[in-house]
Amino acid sequence: MQTDSGKIPSNQGIFPFRIKFEERISDVPKWYTFAISFGAVVFALLIGAIILWLAGGNPWATYAHIGRSSFGSIGVFSDTLVKATPLILVGLACSVAFRMKLWNIGAEGQFFIGAFAASAVILIPILPETAPSWLFIVVTAAAGLIGGGLYGLIPGLLKARFNVNEVISTLMLNYIAIAWNNYFIFAVWTEAGFQMSKVFPQNSWLPRLTDLGSKIPAFRGLTTHFGLVLAIIAAVIVWLILYRSRWGYEIRLIGDNPKAATYAGIPIKKHIVWVMVLSGALAGLAGMSEITGVVHRFQGAISPGYGFTGIIVAWLAKLNPFAVIFVSILFGALILAGREIQPSGVPKMIQGVILVSLIASDFLVRYKVSISRQRAEA
Amino acid sequence: MNSTLDSQNQPRKVVEMRDIVKRFPGVLANDHVDFDLLEGEIHALLGENGAGKSTLMNILAGMYKPESGSIKVHGKPVTFTSPRDAITAGIGMIHQHFMLVPSQTVTENILLGLDEPRFIMDLKNYDQKIIELGEKFGLPVDPTAKIWQLSVGEQQRVEILKMLYRGADILIMDEPTAVLAPQEIDILFITLRNMVALGKSVIFISHKLHEVQKIADRLTVLRKGKITASGVDAKGKSRAELARLMVGREVIFNLDKKEAKPGKVVLKIENVHCLNDKNLKALNGVSFEVRSGEIVGLAGVAGNGQKELADVLTGLRLCSEGTIIVQGENIVNMDAKAGIRHGVSHVPEDRTHVGTAPNLSVTDNVIMKNYYKKPIARGWMLHSPSADKYANEMKEIYDIVVPSVETPVRLLSGGNLQRVILAREISSQPTFMVAMQPTRGLDVGAIEGVQKLLLLLRDAGAAILLISEELEELISLSDRILVIYEGEIMGEVTDGDIGKIGLMMTGTRQEQLESMGVQDAN
Repeated sequence: MQTDSGKIPSNQGIFPFRIKFEERISDVPKWYTFAISFGAVVFALLIGAIILWLAGGNPWATYAHIGRSSFGSIGVFSDTLVKATPLILVGLACSVAFRMKLWNIGAEGQFFIGAFAASAVILIPILPETAPSWLFIVVTAAAGLIGGGLYGLIPGLLKARFNVNEVISTLMLNYIAIAWNNYFIFAVWTEAGFQMSKVFPQNSWLPRLTDLGSKIPAFRGLTTHFGLVLAIIAAVIVWLILYRSRWGYEIRLIGDNPKAATYAGIPIKKHIVWVMVLSGALAGLAGMSEITGVVHRFQGAISPGYGFTGIIVAWLAKLNPFAVIFVSILFGALILAGREIQPSGVPKMIQGVILVSLIASDFLVRYKVSISRQRAEA
Repeated sequence: MNSTLDSQNQPRKVVEMRDIVKRFPGVLANDHVDFDLLEGEIHALLGENGAGKSTLMNILAGMYKPESGSIKVHGKPVTFTSPRDAITAGIGMIHQHFMLVPSQTVTENILLGLDEPRFIMDLKNYDQKIIELGEKFGLPVDPTAKIWQLSVGEQQRVEILKMLYRGADILIMDEPTAVLAPQEIDILFITLRNMVALGKSVIFISHKLHEVQKIADRLTVLRKGKITASGVDAKGKSRAELARLMVGREVIFNLDKKEAKPGKVVLKIENVHCLNDKNLKALNGVSFEVRSGEIVGLAGVAGNGQKELADVLTGLRLCSEGTIIVQGENIVNMDAKAGIRHGVSHVPEDRTHVGTAPNLSVTDNVIMKNYYKKPIARGWMLHSPSADKYANEMKEIYDIVVPSVETPVRLLSGGNLQRVILAREISSQPTFMVAMQPTRGLDVGAIEGVQKLLLLLRDAGAAILLISEELEELISLSDRILVIYEGEIMGEVTDGDIGKIGLMMTGTRQEQLESMGVQDAN
């Protein structure tokens, strides 16, 4: 009489199979999660191929071209790494904040302010043009970190003090940051009326591989710059903070269950402020790295939306700092390919499809799916 | 069948539920339950939290499907697949948590989800209809007011009107008084009387005995999913009898319990007042003390301030008045850390939402209260080998069954989760522990294990406040029992007299009992 609720025959219909979803109650092995993610990417590429084919293109040629134009030679791979560098830092910035369920979507703005602060060091100038390169790196990096950090402090304080929703405040601050930079580009540091500053002195540029070209001929023409080193160091530090420090433990505890954190006596508001500062500082460092490593002058349009792509990167990397590096390289490749192939919308579409299928694949990690033939009389 | 009853001029049965069975994972929420509702009566459904009252009524209101059993409404067999079906059959349920849209008006809320008005929102007409409906049933409300402007009592009226507007003649009220202030309760009772006089029938879910006796005609009592009294006259039973039907009386476990040796006072609270989450008074001048080496039990029907008391003692809730002194320092209105420093530990009622972080590992969960101390903390770093070693020790000592300490705790069973919490709280060698419902939902073996741990902790000299709704457990574990009722301590029982506890749980003070000369209410 008492039937198990799971065995109740439900919605018998024309459909001859029954699909059942059950929440997994045991832990899945690590390789399984990895295999599912890999499968999702393959699935996404297949969907992309179908769309390309429907549009009259040759999908395999397109994919081969994307691969060649991002990984095909050391030269283009170097360009891929240049694109990946700001993504790593911004992805880390989002990972730290998202780990505490603080939805900082203002990395774009923090990136701009970081770029502004680093430029200010050079353009005011705080350091003379003749200052040694290492001093420029230290001071501009510090400026980028502090600029972005302060810009993260604002929404952090608003959230902790007045419970202002950080999604809104960080989003709006993005526009203010862009307008702020534009003021300086148009009015203060403009060069001969153009909407850009003068080119930074060579000493202030982040060292590039090509600078070693005279000694190591293989490096000639490679634009990968010191920002990548900064980004990798940052990833290690963020990993240490999140998984090996007291602060990181507190961040993870608050992120998973704020009530349990309160119960353990952890002051959540203080952490909101400091995590926003750290997140902002990392995004600010990305701005510094881009402006002194690639652009070499203060101008508008320094970001094709790195701050927003960083959100996706962090999410795809499941907020793991090391995974952020690899996802960023993949995204760097897609950004680069976007410039190489026509129509340029294709890489964007593939990005989108990969994102959707990776997020959807999480369902398979959490649920067990079983398909059974519908019994005639159940 | 109804027609024959009708012709004999007896009240008709409007609802007949037969042999209802409903299971949830691990619980038999309704175990072959029968329930009848007569036309024009207020029928109270009594029982403790988790007794299965709300489940039974959710089945009647079309929210859940029973595994087996039949339901007849107005004599006709029905099968509901959604609340909409139940409404069509004339059954409306008013939930504890109101389902209203705060930014919209009363009229808009009442019309929400209906087919009318079709296109043009000529709300004025409807405002008038709602005023008329309200006047008819004694539910005055301004139809143009926005929900957020209304008091809780008025919002409840809107919920009732919503059901009446949809033509419900059977109203299920799920603990309607839990959110109301005393004056509002009186008004609600007048309204309910009005409605039954006009031919409606009301099911009143409650665990407050005095209210039930005041308002209900008949009552049905549920205990652990089973009926213990069915359709009895509400005035025909004494409160003590009802209390026993609700809480039951089972074999008291024989625990190997040594004589308590109470030492110095560890916790002393005086005149503590605080509010609950709905900003109503939860504690109203509570004072008591707990000494080292004793277990003080706190008995009471759920929702009489026990949770709030546990919260204020552990720094999770602010007091509006009063002092909480632990080891000589007043820690009132400080954060949880202040208590933790003084060795206050807390086994919370809500294991998954307060006691643990579900996606973090066993290790991360057991170090929650000592991660900042050596050897787990080394400066700003966390030494993970030490943390893992500590977690593995806890796993051994407290017999936590888990493949590895890396496993996220959401995958643990209830008993194992509770062991994780107890491991953490006991191993911190607390001077004072608040344990709330430490054995709820555990199987018999696990219950015994938890109870033994508490006794060991007592014998090691800790002061323990045990808050539980299981009277047998309180009596067998506690050295003395305080009884709380509506945020006030009614008195203290040292001899484990369940009759006295039952009367105090329903609002009789110890002094009154003594003056009445009650020896034993059994």
